[in-house]
Amino acid sequence: MSDTRAAQALQPLIYELSAPGRMGVNLPGCDVPEVPLPQSLLREQLPLPEVGEVQVVRHFVKLSKLNYSIDQGLYPLGSCTMKYNPKVNEDAARLPGFAQLHPLTDESGAQGALMLMHELQGWLGEISGFDAVSLAPAAGAQGEFAGILMIRQYHVDRGESQRDIILVPNSAHGTNPATVTMARMEVRELPANDQGNVDLAALQAACTGPLRDRIAGMMVTVPSTLGLFEETILDCIEAVHDAGGLMYMDGANMNALMAVVKPGNLGFDVMHYNLHKTFSTPHGGGGPGSGAVGVNAKLKPYLPGPIVDIVEEAPTDAAAGEDAPLYGFVMPERSIGRMKAFHGNFGMHLRAYAYIRAYGSSGLRDVTRYAVLNANYLRARLMASYKVPYPRICGHEFVLEGHIDGVDEVHALDISKRLMDYGFHPPTNYFPLIVPEALLIEPTETETKADLDAFIAAMESIAQEARDEPQTLLNAPHTTPVSRLDEVRAAKQLVLCCAPALPVHAP
Amino acid sequence: MSYIPHTPSETENMLDSIGLQSFDELFAAVPAQHRFPTLDLPAPMSEMEIAAEMLAISEANDHAQDFALFRGAGAYHHFIPSVVNHMLLRGEFYTAYTPYQPEISQGTLQATYEYQSMMCALTGMDAANASHYDGATSLAEALTVALEVTRNRRKKAILSHAIHPQYRQVLRTYHQGRDIRIIGDRGRGEFPELLEMLDDNTAMLAVQYPNFFGQVEDLTELAQATRACGALLVVVANPMALSLFKSPGEMGADIVVGEGQPMGIPLGFGGPYLGYFATRQKYVRKIAGRVIGESRDGRGQRAFVMTLRPREQDIKRERATSNICTNQGLMALAASIYMALMGKNGLRRIGELNYHKAQYAAAKINQLDGYTVDMNKPFFNEFVLQCPQPVATINAALLEQGIIGGYDLGQHYFHLENHMLLCVTEMNERAEIDRLVELLGEIS
Repeated sequence: MSDTRAAQALQPLIYELSAPGRMGVNLPGCDVPEVPLPQSLLREQLPLPEVGEVQVVRHFVKLSKLNYSIDQGLYPLGSCTMKYNPKVNEDAARLPGFAQLHPLTDESGAQGALMLMHELQGWLGEISGFDAVSLAPAAGAQGEFAGILMIRQYHVDRGESQRDIILVPNSAHGTNPATVTMARMEVRELPANDQGNVDLAALQAACTGPLRDRIAGMMVTVPSTLGLFEETILDCIEAVHDAGGLMYMDGANMNALMAVVKPGNLGFDVMHYNLHKTFSTPHGGGGPGSGAVGVNAKLKPYLPGPIVDIVEEAPTDAAAGEDAPLYGFVMPERSIGRMKAFHGNFGMHLRAYAYIRAYGSSGLRDVTRYAVLNANYLRARLMASYKVPYPRICGHEFVLEGHIDGVDEVHALDISKRLMDYGFHPPTNYFPLIVPEALLIEPTETETKADLDAFIAAMESIAQEARDEPQTLLNAPHTTPVSRLDEVRAAKQLVLCCAPALPVHAP
Repeated sequence: MSYIPHTPSETENMLDSIGLQSFDELFAAVPAQHRFPTLDLPAPMSEMEIAAEMLAISEANDHAQDFALFRGAGAYHHFIPSVVNHMLLRGEFYTAYTPYQPEISQGTLQATYEYQSMMCALTGMDAANASHYDGATSLAEALTVALEVTRNRRKKAILSHAIHPQYRQVLRTYHQGRDIRIIGDRGRGEFPELLEMLDDNTAMLAVQYPNFFGQVEDLTELAQATRACGALLVVVANPMALSLFKSPGEMGADIVVGEGQPMGIPLGFGGPYLGYFATRQKYVRKIAGRVIGESRDGRGQRAFVMTLRPREQDIKRERATSNICTNQGLMALAASIYMALMGKNGLRRIGELNYHKAQYAAAKINQLDGYTVDMNKPFFNEFVLQCPQPVATINAALLEQGIIGGYDLGQHYFHLENHMLLCVTEMNERAEIDRLVELLGEIS
């Protein structure tokens, strides 16, 4: 396979476009008298680039073209729910009444925003079967942190501060164990059985053994990170509850559950939602996210704050002409505290609000139905050319083993890189850790059958190439702006900041 | 539904390929008694209806297009050039994921590397990460780094009371499970008092620059004393003020964190914002969050990649010092575009406009009967105003005249009852400032 990249120059750095005296924006003059600046406090150097407006536009347009994105095509990145991000939500977020609203506006002057947050809290609670929701956390990982801090404080308040162990399945997202450590608690890892479920016997042993009184809770993802619904989930919940622990659900995979099951009804005490996954707020090249947390009555007093509540009911006298209640921020009575300044990532709240508004309850049921349909369709069709370690009906995602029998040199990573040449973003690689050469595939509901068929054709073609010309995979990708990166060099010769930006003083 | 493209015949064909007759069979593993609950949600809406409803909700807010805004306190109303939003709206940026696959993510990677570079330039440091959730969580994560750098042997963190109250609350939320003491911010301690608290059990001393009251103070002595006792000086800095004033790096800070919102990010009712984090490269292996580094591809082409990955939660799991995964990538891009447009001269000019306008407003208000501005220390674009009446009363009167007044400091500082933190930026035209002064004069 010939390399189709010409000796292509990538885009220069913004500093390399700099010329003294240039500026990218016209600024107004000063309409008040100028006064002397405090000389002893002023800086001498400000090593920012000097670039004109047109050059800045072209620079970022050229950079953008080096990215793959949902707007370009299928992005089957497992556990990330890369669904279409509706454009009307972007317009809504830019309305002056939202974009130019100061976070410390008096509550009486922010009733629109507060009503929206209050509605969203209620809808998320309804979708997952929880009594109360806080929108404060800025991302899924922060929602997890809030959840585990709530569990910790719940036990402390009951005089059981010795409960410091959180059980975590070995298939868990890395954020789960990292969260437990951040909350200064201890992780006990649970094995999976050969069906990909949590090993119930091991869990029951942990919950009845010598550590019983130290068990604070368990974190589990449903469906699991293998895309499988834990068939013994009710037994798992019972075992942990019987030991005095609480159940945390990682809601990253809610796209498989809407109108199918409410986690609160299953017995979970707390979960986080990823508004940037299930509810389509854009991933933004790495963020922002939004990680609302829902809880049952036990944990409601501990929610991170502030949350929105009705502080004054609507007047019952309709003749008064005002039929809206007064909304306000409140801090739950035993709150674990603030997760960030102000009130969470409000820009994500309003997009999620618009998304739920578009679908309603029947639409959200369809979201889950078609997400699960698309995943199972891919799974069923790809089983002919790849090994599917857990060949049963999956949720919104499933895992393949990314190797080809008899071609040992080809790894999951090579298949992923080759997919780029076929115009697709690769699946998630090497996660979950318990499957060798894992390729975790999540198509989402917004993809057509034709796009899925094209992906299947690419995967089949790659499997054939692996047998016929493995070198094509090992050297892939061949058509992208850059080829495989030297990651060792990046870590060894750390260059994190370009030279012109470096301070002149020795830091 | 327009976001789900399946036709009935495609759906049937796909179910058939799986070997199923109906959707319901896809969910057989879910316990039957809990399967298919009803959701009590409003009916679906068309795009037209959504647009109309969102507009109506947004207009039920008092926003800065309709009101003259003199409130800051951690969120600032600044000019955002049109280019910023146009670039952010490119789907190639905002509908991409984290750049785990560098071959098809060079746009995000290079832009983030440039962001890191420009944050180093502003702060006077030589390493920056790709962002935290906001200024408050950046500060909380800075304490984790300080504890790690001092090998978890030091059990004390000193906070200035002049750090944003909510930032201090967030820091306490993050570290509530730790066996450490967080002190210094109960009283009204000035620098000499903070220095007295420093000892060989101190991991971190943190101050804000300009402080929460808008004042700019030289940090050189503080940095020297902190370093002498082996602790880290963490500075929470408003990046807009760094356009004019000495960088924390040149004064000797070890970690500089803060809120990047002033640079190209709208007020947006508090988020999404941008937590920036810059430090000395010698500490970079202890920091959390993504870090982009320069490298080469197989053909020797310069390219960028996420580096120092083994620190992160997906690899280090329970041994990671932070669980951060999703960050504020798109907001870092906004700040990058903003800094590129402003450049060294534009940013300095914006800084000067803020300075002069705030000075103008302060001097005028200070002449009013009943009002006093603390003019003893230099300030940037915020200042403390002692008022003749409760701040709520004054703000209510201002609001009737289309002005959103300053932040009521008495909410957090008992000794500052009837004190307002007033913010003036380049967005406040002279006529608007004059009108504010006039109205304040009427309320004495």
